[in-house]
Amino acid sequence: MPHQEVTLAQLQDSFSETYPRYTKNEATVEANRCLYCFDAPCITACPTSIDVPTFIRQIANDNLLGAATTILESNLIGHSCGRVCPVDELCVGACVLGAEHRPIAIGRLQRYATDHVFDTGAQVFEPAPPTGKRVAVVGAGPAGLSAAGELAKRGVHATVFERNELPGGLSTYGIVVLREPTNVSLEEVEFIKGLGVDVRTNVEVGVDVTHQELIDGYDAVIIAAGTGPVPPLGVPGEELEGVIEALPFIAATKIADKDGREGLLSIPVGNEVIVVGAGNTAVDAATVAKRLGAERVTMLYRRSRAEMTAYDFEVDFVRGEGVDIRLLTQPIEVLGENGKVTGVRCVRMRLGLPDESGRRRPEPVPGSEFVLPADQVIKAIGQEKLSALFEGFGVESISGYVKVNEELRTSNPKVFAAGDCVRLTGQALTVTAAEDGKIVARAVARQLGVAEPAPQPGATRGRFLHATVNDIRRIHG
Amino acid sequence: MADLTTNFAGIRSPNPFWLASAPPTNSAYQINKAFEYGWGGAVWKTIGDPVLNVSNRYGQFQYAGNRLIAINNVELISDRPIEVNLKEIREIKKLWPDRAVIVSAMVSSNEQAWKTVVQQIEDTGADGIELNYGCPHGMSERGMGAAVGQVPEYCEMITGWVTSAASIPVIVKLTPNVTNIVPPAHAALNAGANGISLINTINSIAGVDVDNFEIFPNVGGKGSHGGYAGPAVRPIALHMLSAIASDPKYQDQPVPISGMGGVETWRDAAEFLLLGATSIQVCTAVMHYGFRIIHELCDGLSNWLDEKGATSIEQVIGGSVPRISAYGDFDLSFRTVATIDEDKCIQCNLCYVACDEGAHQCIDLTADGVRIDPAVYEGSATLQPVVREDDCVGCDLCSLVCPVENCITMVERPAKFPSVTWNELVRTRPDVTTDWDAMVAYRKEVGIEIH
Repeated sequence: MPHQEVTLAQLQDSFSETYPRYTKNEATVEANRCLYCFDAPCITACPTSIDVPTFIRQIANDNLLGAATTILESNLIGHSCGRVCPVDELCVGACVLGAEHRPIAIGRLQRYATDHVFDTGAQVFEPAPPTGKRVAVVGAGPAGLSAAGELAKRGVHATVFERNELPGGLSTYGIVVLREPTNVSLEEVEFIKGLGVDVRTNVEVGVDVTHQELIDGYDAVIIAAGTGPVPPLGVPGEELEGVIEALPFIAATKIADKDGREGLLSIPVGNEVIVVGAGNTAVDAATVAKRLGAERVTMLYRRSRAEMTAYDFEVDFVRGEGVDIRLLTQPIEVLGENGKVTGVRCVRMRLGLPDESGRRRPEPVPGSEFVLPADQVIKAIGQEKLSALFEGFGVESISGYVKVNEELRTSNPKVFAAGDCVRLTGQALTVTAAEDGKIVARAVARQLGVAEPAPQPGATRGRFLHATVNDIRRIHG
Repeated sequence: MADLTTNFAGIRSPNPFWLASAPPTNSAYQINKAFEYGWGGAVWKTIGDPVLNVSNRYGQFQYAGNRLIAINNVELISDRPIEVNLKEIREIKKLWPDRAVIVSAMVSSNEQAWKTVVQQIEDTGADGIELNYGCPHGMSERGMGAAVGQVPEYCEMITGWVTSAASIPVIVKLTPNVTNIVPPAHAALNAGANGISLINTINSIAGVDVDNFEIFPNVGGKGSHGGYAGPAVRPIALHMLSAIASDPKYQDQPVPISGMGGVETWRDAAEFLLLGATSIQVCTAVMHYGFRIIHELCDGLSNWLDEKGATSIEQVIGGSVPRISAYGDFDLSFRTVATIDEDKCIQCNLCYVACDEGAHQCIDLTADGVRIDPAVYEGSATLQPVVREDDCVGCDLCSLVCPVENCITMVERPAKFPSVTWNELVRTRPDVTTDWDAMVAYRKEVGIEIH
């Protein structure tokens, strides 16, 4: 195992967050560059409409509690989003300073503000008086937590059922440690729980609790279960030892990160690793393999760069890691000896006419087969849908996604759905899941006759939602 | 969350932030919008005698790429007919009974004119009157504004006319264009003013265009002094506020003070409160960013009060006033020295040059731990500044120029001689304070070394 030559200290270092936290000076200088635009495009570009200029001004003014409050008011998952959002595609991409200078580093400033509050364990919002309404949420990922927290802000009690041991969904298990350390996700869960949300882990709906028990026992049910395991490649040799799935591979590094990173030493990684797929998860898996000590990591994708769903910054990053991306390359057989992987037989592809998805269909180039040596193959070719779960709730689905309207209502009037499990179109981002949580909470509250949170009277147009004096005293010691 | 409500001589507002009498308070449209955003009060742009305005009206002071460090204006008082203003003031007060609506006024210096305008203002239902004795341009040439504020006798006389006629609180707004702000404040107190506000704008010229020699703001090729305001004036405002707040006569006969001059953030406001202001007026920051800044002003102030364990604004008003002192009462033996954290130091050597050429020559440059003279040093080592602590006079310049957070700190060290103030020396050792030979002997006696 090549990674045994890697020392724990090296692993500790290579699994630290890529961007260190800003110092106060860095944050102040960056925050003061913000023009504080009126009707700023960064707000519009944010799927959760965070009032970016206001929170940046609050950082400039050294009102970090205020800054974090502004962020979390619009996005309860803001602690993760400051790290994982593809900001160049969203707020930073919209920053007016980008046109003639360097745009503001909005993600890093967001993180600076939320880190400050999460470091201290402050509860930013006052729990609302209980309405007596109860909602079940299936899945403790970003969408489920956002929905549960938003309901709590309206006095609706939410119970979140999570089949995994740890809550947080992909933030806990799926986002590479370099971008989001595991404890960031777990802190975020604690913050949501602090709003009065009940999170029950190791409970699988359909196994430990029935669908009907949720439908009967709660005033509404929100499905926020994400997606399922990676589908088979469907090629010979897939059963060989050394063929693994990307998400459990990444998850192992996340668990090791939570427990002090010593566990990184015992994660099996090959010397010549092939990652099949070219999405965000494939990029993360390739990065993890490289950092665990793989000598050579190659990503295979059967289409061209234009069809890749990974962002430019991710592709640049993974290439910078030394990962080779072989485009227009399709694996057709996993080769092995003595039951273990030794290589992947591939065929070159070319793009033909567009298929039903509008993308040009890849076709094998006859006679172009070749073999890449490998001792580990990581599958990262999308995720299966959780059809059985949806059927258990008696909701209609389309192409394996729950069918919802713009309010995220399903065909069952008592059941709603949010997050990746409804993401038939559009990008499955943490921030869109967070926004789904807001939308679905609003719809559920409306259905249950629960009022929207009342704007605070007086001075601030309802924008003050404060920690208690004791919380603030705790923060500042 | 701390209580931000404010009571200024009976004028109540939900928070201490009032818009200052200026372009942002020119109309009901603006003030209504400001109140919707959450401003606690507004001082209506000065009403009074007929005027005509010019263009360009504003110039700015930019520094190091930052716009509107200060703004200079040659705009006059309201150029809208007085009846229009009075009608709108009445409407606004009716719409917003919980906000402070104060009307700034400036009329010709005769008793009847002032009594008339007082009556007109009271008829609108406004909460108070602010007397504009500060406007430094245009009106002062007509015997109004600063022309009154600069002469305490005029100030007292006119304030007396107004207080004898008014049944609502009268606030006197002081001009900073004086050598000492205290006598005009005394005049206001003598005449029964219910409150004081300061500072108005400072005489200034925003700049000169070195290409075409025009003066900013440029009015058809001519320029003139205008009123200077914005963040750059804040230290001057804080000083003038402190001069009044620590004045014995004021302390015997205190009235609330409305502080202003460059307030842009909650922290600025907190500084004014600590030096004795009860309410805070804001103009330039709104001219730059709009009414929306009120959210962060209130939020930040409230968080700060909570952090300090204060439940209301009153608990912090004047919190720093007992510290306002004077050179003669400073402890001459109090000693601090600079310390450089070499782990944080980035070797920009700004501290070295500031100390060596701009201050007291007690920082050395070292190469590999050995002091060198940079004028003759020919090696290639990265030079590290090091403080010669025994020689450091504790001036603090190095830490002020250091660009790195917490790299240079001033650390208190035990005094080298017994505690004494200059005033005590004047009393007990007068020769030391007037004769250099006696001073030198005194230094030797108590162990004061100046290198």
